[in-house]
Order: sequence, then structure tokens, then C-alpha cells
Amino acid sequence: MSETVYILGIDMLKFGKYPDRTFAQLGGEAALGALDDAGLTIQDVQVMYCGSVFGAYDMTGQAVMREIGQTGIPVTNISNACATGASAFREAWIAVKSGLYDVALAVGVEKMPRGMLGAGHETGISLEGLFGSASMPAVFAESGMEHAGKWGTTFEQFAKVSVKNHHHSTMNPKAVYQKETPLEEVMGSEMIAYPNTKLMCSVNVDGAAAVVVVSEKKAREMGLGRAIRVLASALASDPWNPRNPIMPDVNGCTRLAAKWAYEQAGISPQDVSLIELHDCFATAELLHYENLGICAPGEAGRLIDEGVTALGGKVPINVSGGLLSKGHPLGATGIANMYEVALHLRGEAGARQVEGAKVGMTHVVGLGTAAAVHLFEKA
Amino acid sequence: MTQTETPLAARPAQPYIRLDDDQPYVEGRRCTACDARTAAVHLACPACGARESIETYRAPTTGKLHAYSIVRRSYPGVPVPFVSAIIDLDDGLTLKGNLINVAAEPEALPIGMPVRMVFGDAMGRTDKDGASYVAFFFEPAA
Repeated sequence: MSETVYILGIDMLKFGKYPDRTFAQLGGEAALGALDDAGLTIQDVQVMYCGSVFGAYDMTGQAVMREIGQTGIPVTNISNACATGASAFREAWIAVKSGLYDVALAVGVEKMPRGMLGAGHETGISLEGLFGSASMPAVFAESGMEHAGKWGTTFEQFAKVSVKNHHHSTMNPKAVYQKETPLEEVMGSEMIAYPNTKLMCSVNVDGAAAVVVVSEKKAREMGLGRAIRVLASALASDPWNPRNPIMPDVNGCTRLAAKWAYEQAGISPQDVSLIELHDCFATAELLHYENLGICAPGEAGRLIDEGVTALGGKVPINVSGGLLSKGHPLGATGIANMYEVALHLRGEAGARQVEGAKVGMTHVVGLGTAAAVHLFEKA
Repeated sequence: MTQTETPLAARPAQPYIRLDDDQPYVEGRRCTACDARTAAVHLACPACGARESIETYRAPTTGKLHAYSIVRRSYPGVPVPFVSAIIDLDDGLTLKGNLINVAAEPEALPIGMPVRMVFGDAMGRTDKDGASYVAFFFEPAA
């Protein structure tokens, strides 16, 4: 087995609409970018994992290989809702960690359907609007209101998350939006599902990201100069909770994955320099401050009020713009989060660079439910 | 050939709504090993994994508002606004439903508010056979 596993190369495409390009073209371009970043070619790759939600039935991974080189290596397609990209990465990590392979490629790629996600399960009739709402904005609004009921968190505090993340993305050329959204604009935009307004919902976009994962041996052979050490890889499913899945629980599995990740890495939340977390809706981001141990239960509202999680604050969160403003192509999101963290650890994040970044965390939650937490440091 | 039309009996809009008594009711499922409660049917207890430990019971019709969202945009054709509510029944079973007979405003929806479950026609929705459905809703109990 490989003692330590490294990211040697990583890349993402600018998120946006790509109506004229296929899943395979998008995934292939991201894969080539990651290989170039690693200084390797497809001939060096020994195993490949491809994450996609809407391309999951179409052998997308093998189609990516037809774009970039059909070397015949094992390819496995992975689908795990919004945790898909991170799950593909984790399989690559396991493959290398186990000692079976020295070089693995993980690709996350998505082309998104239009409209709101989360149509309800049908019996003989439509249940949406009859037994509440199964739309994602409403489901995550309810999670936020659970927090509000317990801790007094306000609509304004949730809205501030969007203000912050949209501000961050003005410095990220790969985000779909580079536009400031003042608090009044966020709170005054179309109310989708209180307290989530339109500007508090993540953006449906297409996108791809890819990462080359290597063993200690390969990393040393290639040089550790820009390598990123994987400190922890944790994936958890929803543990029993009496309300779940009537009320989908994104908290329990996130806490579990975070606990395992901190234990694996042998570090505590105070050691984390920056986090890319799953802000699929503005209401969700605040919950995860507490789930990931960045603050005590009930303190998330204060953190956003005090700017602790903004660029320049103590723990900058979603400096890429997050899912809210960078965009959220489900299968690509997990690896795109890692791309952002890698930029900061390498000191290559430009205007939005988190100064002195040492340890970065990524987090995603796929409803249904899966949560992945990864920790990284510069080699 | 003539076709005789017999009115179709109303159907339950959720599998755990039971219509085999004078009044519709929600059938809950309780684990005798760990007391976990669910509305859905599982092969074993999802909380403790015990097998053949599940007994059914008639769920209470009173509870409290645990969380909600005021839905102002839904899928095409779904009337808005409506209040989508997570309700903890008094025995610990959680259900999701529309909260009705209340203003769709945050001020009217304090978390923890007592509610009662009421049954009624599924907002006029019918299936391809033309059958109507019975649903439950929640309303303020105060």
C-alpha cells in the first residue's frame, strides 16, 4: 500500500452552458488539463473513475477515454448524487492507497437539465404541492428553518451567505458569474421557497473537472514541487435519524464524514485554512459551519455576521464563489472544489488567494444521502 | 356493447394512509426492539437492524411544526404559494405535508406551533383511471 497519496495534477473547465458539447468532450478536456498539470500522459494512467449523475447510464467514462486515448485500462462510472465527483476521487484514492496502482485519473462531468431539481415520487397522482414540496429549494429551506427554529438564525443571515459567495466569484474567472449581489438584491430577488430567494439557489450549469492521483513512489519520481498531499478521504451515508428521509438529513452524514476525516488526518478544525463546502442553497452553508466543526452549534449566524468565513476572515469558505455563484454541475462539483483548494495550497489563486493557506477542506452532500469530506495540504 | 360505469373508490395518496376504518388514519410502524418509528415499510428496522420487530399502530393526529418553507415557485401547474411543513407527531413519527388554514407568512408560522392532522380530498387530483385520492393536511391546533 502507498503510505501517502498525492494529487499531482488537477484542472476544471469554466462552468457554464455547453449545449454543443458532449459529456465526453467536456470530461475529456478536463482530463487532458489535469494530465498536463501533472506532467503525465494518458499512457501513464492505470485506472480511471468517472463521476456523472445525468450521464451515469451512458458509460461516460469510457466515452471520455475515446476522446483522450483508449488504452484499455479499467474504467468505472460512478453516480452518488451531488457527492458524485468526490466519490470518484475517493475511488481513485483507494485504488492508489491500496497499492494496486500508482497513477489514477478521476473525472467529474455534468450537463444539467433545465429547471428545478427534485420532482417528488409519484403514486397515481402528482404529490408536489399536496404533501409539501420535494423541490430542492424547499427541502433545503426546511433544513434552514430547522436551524432558525432552534437558534434564531434569520433570513438576513442566510442571505449574507449569497452576498459573500457572489463577491468571491468576482475574482474567479472559472465561475459562471462574476457579479456582486448586495444584500438588498439577494433578499429582494424572486422568492422561490422561503427563506431561499433565487439568488440563494445554486446555479444549474454544465461543467467538468479532473484530477490525477498518484502514489508516494510516483510523486517522488515526478517531484513534489506542486504536489498536494491527501490527508484524509471520508465518505458517509445518512445514519439513522427519526425524521430522515421524510425530512432529508444533510447534517448527520456530514458530521460523520468530518469526524472521520479529522481523525484520519490527525488534525482539528482549528488547523483548517480554507473550506470549499456544499452551499447548494444559502441555507445549507450555515448548517455546515457547525457540521464541519468550524464553530459550536448555534454560532453559524454569528460567523457570517462577523465575516469570519469571508476572504480575509479567519476561515475563508467558498472563496471560489461556491455552488451559489461558481455553479453546480452535480458530478463535477466535488472535484472542482478540490481544484480550488489546490490553487490556494499551491499559492496560485490570484486575487482571491487565501494567504498562508496550509490545510484545505472540501465537502459535498448528495441528497439521498451521501457526504464526502477531504483534507489536503501542500506536499 | 354497453359499458357500465361504477364510481371508483377513493384511493390513499400515500401508501401509509389507511382507509379501512370509519375515519382515514396514518398507519405508523414501530420497532419493538428500539422504539424507532417510520411511516415507510422496510425489510428490517432502519434504526437498529432488528428483524421481525416491527408492529403497526394508528398514528396520533396531533403534533408540532418542526420546520417549514413557504413555496412560491414550484413545478409547472402546481398552485402556489403553499406551506410545506415538517411535522413531528406527538408519538415521535415525522410526516411532511401542506400546512393549511394559516397565512403563508413567517410571522404566522412559529416553529413548535401545535398542529392537527386533517384528511380530505387530494385537492381534486385524479389518476388516469379517474379515481380520486385521500390526503392528509395539517392546520393550526390552537
